[in-house]
Amino acid sequence: MYALIDCNNFYASCERVFRPSLRNKPIVVLSNNDGCVVARSNESKALGVKMGVPIFQINDIVKQHSIVVCSSNYTLYGDLSNRVMTLIKQFSPDVEVYSIDEAFLKFQNHKYANLDEIGLEMHRIVKKGVGIPISIGFAPTKALAKVANKIAKKFPERTKNYYIIDNEEKRIKALKWTKIEDVWGIGRQFSKRLQSIGVINAYQFTQLSDSYVRKYYTVVGLRLKKDLEGEPTINFEDIKPKQNIATTRSFDVMMKTQDELRERVSTFASLAGVKLRSQNSNCELIQVFIYTNRFRQDLPQYSGYKTVKLPFPTSSTFELNKYAQMALNSIYKDGYSYKKAGVILMGISQDETQQLSMFEYENPKHKVLMNVLDKLNIKMGEKVKFGGQDLKRKWKMKQDSLSPCYSTNLKDIITINC
Amino acid sequence: MKVRNINSVTLEFLKSDLTSINEVPFFDEGISAGFPSPADDFQELKISFDKEVFGTSPSTIFCTRVSGSSMEGAGISNNDIIAVDRLLDPEDGDIAVCLIHDEFTLKRLKVDKDCIWLMPENDNYKPIQITDNESFQIWGIVINTLKFHRKRK
Repeated sequence: MYALIDCNNFYASCERVFRPSLRNKPIVVLSNNDGCVVARSNESKALGVKMGVPIFQINDIVKQHSIVVCSSNYTLYGDLSNRVMTLIKQFSPDVEVYSIDEAFLKFQNHKYANLDEIGLEMHRIVKKGVGIPISIGFAPTKALAKVANKIAKKFPERTKNYYIIDNEEKRIKALKWTKIEDVWGIGRQFSKRLQSIGVINAYQFTQLSDSYVRKYYTVVGLRLKKDLEGEPTINFEDIKPKQNIATTRSFDVMMKTQDELRERVSTFASLAGVKLRSQNSNCELIQVFIYTNRFRQDLPQYSGYKTVKLPFPTSSTFELNKYAQMALNSIYKDGYSYKKAGVILMGISQDETQQLSMFEYENPKHKVLMNVLDKLNIKMGEKVKFGGQDLKRKWKMKQDSLSPCYSTNLKDIITINC
Repeated sequence: MKVRNINSVTLEFLKSDLTSINEVPFFDEGISAGFPSPADDFQELKISFDKEVFGTSPSTIFCTRVSGSSMEGAGISNNDIIAVDRLLDPEDGDIAVCLIHDEFTLKRLKVDKDCIWLMPENDNYKPIQITDNESFQIWGIVINTLKFHRKRK
């Protein structure tokens, strides 16, 4: 038996833990640099605020309904997420933290466990202990646990925040209730194609023949179908290292010179390199892109990107940066004000399956050096940097409505009057 | 609710994320003057202040700063830092962080037959009776008080 624990409106809930006056009020949380809406409380959803909408486009609604606007505070969300995950780990030794606000639990001997009691207790200790409301879905497979979770979330009073799919009748009813586009792992493309052949809900998807699903939706689609039928095919072990690693940012001010962009691209390549090495991978392709601000139609617009194939798979920041700069040189154009840039690593392979090149290969010292560098930076806190990165300048994100780090910084803790 | 930024306090607090435990040696039988006891070489008892303050599961404990003097009789003064456990069930006599109409306050709980009293520990303040009409919630129970008698640089 699996359980999927999902924190309800997680970012908005985090903002409420130390600001109880925000309860029942509409909240939106903005992306890095306060660009667009990345999280909404139920009250904001009810007001029709859409996910991903740029904040300046909804200024009127924000004013009219006194919507509370928050910059994203990942320090706060990360700490509260860790606390939630630590609490739920008491219930099973098999926990897969799936994202900042979601985790799967596996119950090996579920026949001896009282899932009703577990559901109630899990909700109680997370709500009371951390202040975050959660929904829990129990089911024999991960995809069904997702469906059960949606039911728990949709009908909190009837389900007491947890729902168990433990028989055929419940499974079929739940799948008929689930729209095809809401099924875990069904992308927009897949759901459109399925809708065009009359598959509107998850149950209809499971009624397609295995061979048909295999043919049109690959082995991934087939495994999803089996999982929805109650046959576990998506295991804990199936989490693969990321196939693309991206580091991209909007700038707080526009950049006009290549020197400024060079420094940013160097920093992004360096950050992406850290992520790449943390999953013991190498990459063969590096893409760099730069954009002007598309909302400033009064300024000339340009966007450029370039993908470079590396001579050998590598995770060395020296190599990544060298080729990232080559890419930047080929796309940079003078006379524009740039608002965003990014570095994307692709063609990712694992260290143990690395293909060696016949003529060109990585300096073996790089691997050792990078290893030492990563350890130093983890221990000392980003002290060692590369020459291309600006050592003095601190890049700041636009965070006009940032809440304090209530739970991790002594200067930011709340004050209780007495 | 106010969130105060006290820039003059720069010391680093024992973090609730106990990835590293600070332990202080504890000499069970006191420390004698003169020749050191050979037993000192084998002392294994240690005090962990992190564990003492936050217990062994710190996930539900939050630090808050106190402003005001109504709890001085309980040894909690203005600017002290208190550790609050949100998961503990309140009991009569606990010192609790309470929410009244979305405002935080700190008082000792006195549970009567049919109502709750929030008791100050300073004669200059009056007890607060919580009636049924009141929007009231116990946010957490105070488990520790930390006093900083000297600001560190």
